[in-house]
Amino acid sequence: MSELLQGRPGERRLYLGNEAIVRGALEAGVSLVSTYPGTPASEIGDRAYEIARQTDLYFEYSVNEKVALEVAAGAAAAGWRALCAMKHVGLNVAADALMTLAYVGVKGGLVIVSADDPSLFSSQNEQDNRYYAKMAGLPMLEPANPREAKDMALAAFGLSEKLRLPVLLRTTTRVNHTRGSVTLGPLAPRRGLGYFEKKPFSKVMVPAVARQAHVRLLAAEEQAKLASEGSEFNRVYGRGDWGIITSGVAAAYVADAVIELGLADRVRVLKLGFTHPLPADLIAEFLAPLTKVLVVEELEPYLEEGIRALAQARGLTVPIRGKAPELFSRLFEYHPGLVREKIAQYFGIPYRGPAVAVPEQVLEEALPERPPNLCPGCPHRAMYYSVKIALQELGLEGIFPTDIGCYTLGLLPPLSMADFLICMGSSVSTGAGISRATGQKVVAFIGDSTFFHAGLPALANAVHNRHDFLLIILDNGTTAMTGSQPHPGVSLVPPGYPGEHVPIERVVKALGVTQLWVVNPFKYKEALAATKEAVAASGLRVLISQAPCHLYAQRLTGKKRRARFQVADECGECRHCLEYFGCPAMYLKAGAPGEPGRMVIDEDLCSGCAFCVQWCECIRPVKMSSKE
Amino acid sequence: MPSTETRNPKPENLRIFLTGVGGQGTLLASRLLGEAALAAGLNPLVSETHGMAQRGGIVISTVVLGDLQSPLISPGEADVVLGFEALEAFRALDRCHGQTLVIANRAAIVPYPVAVGQARYPEVDRMLDLLSGQVGALLAFDAGALARRAGSPLAVNMVLLGALAACGRLPFPAAALLETIATRTNPKFLDSNCTAFEMGADAAGERANWLKRPDHPARAG
Repeated sequence: MSELLQGRPGERRLYLGNEAIVRGALEAGVSLVSTYPGTPASEIGDRAYEIARQTDLYFEYSVNEKVALEVAAGAAAAGWRALCAMKHVGLNVAADALMTLAYVGVKGGLVIVSADDPSLFSSQNEQDNRYYAKMAGLPMLEPANPREAKDMALAAFGLSEKLRLPVLLRTTTRVNHTRGSVTLGPLAPRRGLGYFEKKPFSKVMVPAVARQAHVRLLAAEEQAKLASEGSEFNRVYGRGDWGIITSGVAAAYVADAVIELGLADRVRVLKLGFTHPLPADLIAEFLAPLTKVLVVEELEPYLEEGIRALAQARGLTVPIRGKAPELFSRLFEYHPGLVREKIAQYFGIPYRGPAVAVPEQVLEEALPERPPNLCPGCPHRAMYYSVKIALQELGLEGIFPTDIGCYTLGLLPPLSMADFLICMGSSVSTGAGISRATGQKVVAFIGDSTFFHAGLPALANAVHNRHDFLLIILDNGTTAMTGSQPHPGVSLVPPGYPGEHVPIERVVKALGVTQLWVVNPFKYKEALAATKEAVAASGLRVLISQAPCHLYAQRLTGKKRRARFQVADECGECRHCLEYFGCPAMYLKAGAPGEPGRMVIDEDLCSGCAFCVQWCECIRPVKMSSKE
Repeated sequence: MPSTETRNPKPENLRIFLTGVGGQGTLLASRLLGEAALAAGLNPLVSETHGMAQRGGIVISTVVLGDLQSPLISPGEADVVLGFEALEAFRALDRCHGQTLVIANRAAIVPYPVAVGQARYPEVDRMLDLLSGQVGALLAFDAGALARRAGSPLAVNMVLLGALAACGRLPFPAAALLETIATRTNPKFLDSNCTAFEMGADAAGERANWLKRPDHPARAG
């Protein structure tokens, strides 16, 4: 049984922030969870999937975030409690639905998790999604730790039903991926079958209806403001005539800093958890007696702007600072030492941070970096290799619009197979624009999951508008980067996965693509021949590179490698494998002083994919002992 | 409004920084430390790296115990560093202060720029020597070799946990951590995990493995 279904009320468990959110939703009696996987939100869907296999919870990996939100909105309109989780940029995809769903409202509670990613640990930007709550007019809760993540997820459902609005639960990576102690409450029963009540003149957003709906939304926002004023998630502690206002994980850094700097008697702290609408009266009351205020929040000055505007409106002249060159940055994640230092600096407290030794200075040389890399045995690398060789043999330079997934790592040398990337699905449409504007040879790359997410409309567009480029769909049978979640085109699924298979090849043909190649990238000769044809041709071409993600296939089937490979003694100094292929199992072993090094294949890392052996005569299979 | 935080009566703060390479089991190690701390009645915070960074990149996690709410460890503020790989242990020098206990795996995992001859992997002995001059205590040994001897090359994390538990810095006994391992890890690997844990503890008992001994003798684990 899933760990999230275990445990008695009152018991403490160590939950990841994402697990705490799922637990909170279960304690609220959630009936439907939908998501498109994306770090740092992925575990929400993965845990919900586990639970859906064991209970009557409905869960789906939706094809993208917009679809996920709309599925959840439909269920919530019919009275179910629904949770919809996504990473921050996913909310851009779902924004069209979000903005008008705010007008339509909900019947059953609907909680939308937006997992922001300060420092861009696994993202293409670090946008601050708190502005979405403000733009859409939706209530927002911002947890600082797993305990609050559970409490807020639970409370958000009630709030959503009370206000008849979806609620945004806005987290950051440091909350999603921190484990902390969570006290369990009772699991609530799920509601039975919902009922969709026909009320077209409040639910069909044509202009006349929407005008009224906007009026209703503003009234609901006023109610939300009252809820924020009285929310247990907004609280004040400490005393003194200085003030700090903070939210999210920054509130944890503030809490520690106040103690470490000995400021508990000098600073009052307003820790906000209900951050849209802001509790204006509470904030004004907090500001009134203070002489100096610091706002501590990661990313954009969302609180700071709201608080400054409020202070102006209420005639409060207390200095309020936050983002400034000498104070807090709008860039990247904060950390406890940084927040401590800035608090001390702003309030003029003598403080010296710990002495920090710089490893490079101590060593007196640079430390080698350790960039992430495609795994040994990765089918993407094999396909990239064939494209590289095909272009070289044809004497062409390729321009490579790429997309979001493991294969984005093809950016790094020696592959260097990525030239342009904006967002999910952008490879296809930017490829069209680049080829139209330049006539250069464009080879665009997109993964299978990303293709279903946002590639379909772009490919239909490319067919319809007669664009001229080659699209390579890197189909590894799963959503590998985020932890191997299924999608419609998957060839590898977890046991018991109920989804219907939608083969990519059929979809591509149905969209009207006539020049189509399907290759197994590990069959080098065939893959190279097809790639050369596809690269050389003109018009819109699609090549599907089909081979399962090695890691996931191994985990799913438990199959061990059948062979491994080694470099023979006659290997010279051509370095072709290093300069064109770059498998992490291959490395250059330094020779004796004055002697050249030699290539070696690490026997533990070699996946046995047998790709390199097809183009290098010096690579030989090694007899496997039965133990391996 | 009064604080609603529940806080332990003055537990000692302990910040443990774990660093290694994707696939080495740092996340499991940090989670086990957190679970053991929870079982001991503490309020642990464990922060993890997921996603992109796991593809052969550096994987960092932190375990924070005591009267703290911040899950992260700032430069110069780690009390313990568990280095799962020699270079990464050295890279974590910027997290250390003068009293930090560093437990380092001497075994190297070659990063890509080194593999292709674009960068040089610093000599392990030199890195450890420099490290010992900067920190409070340094225990270093080949945890990979011990893991293989224990029957599972993947048990480097258990070796390092065993060594850490034997150093007496944790606010719970080694047996409690071993108990967490027994209940929280795959039963298939239980024997090799326990053996690896014991081997790590033994390695901490070997005088030769201490490149710098702590000023204060270790409390009994």
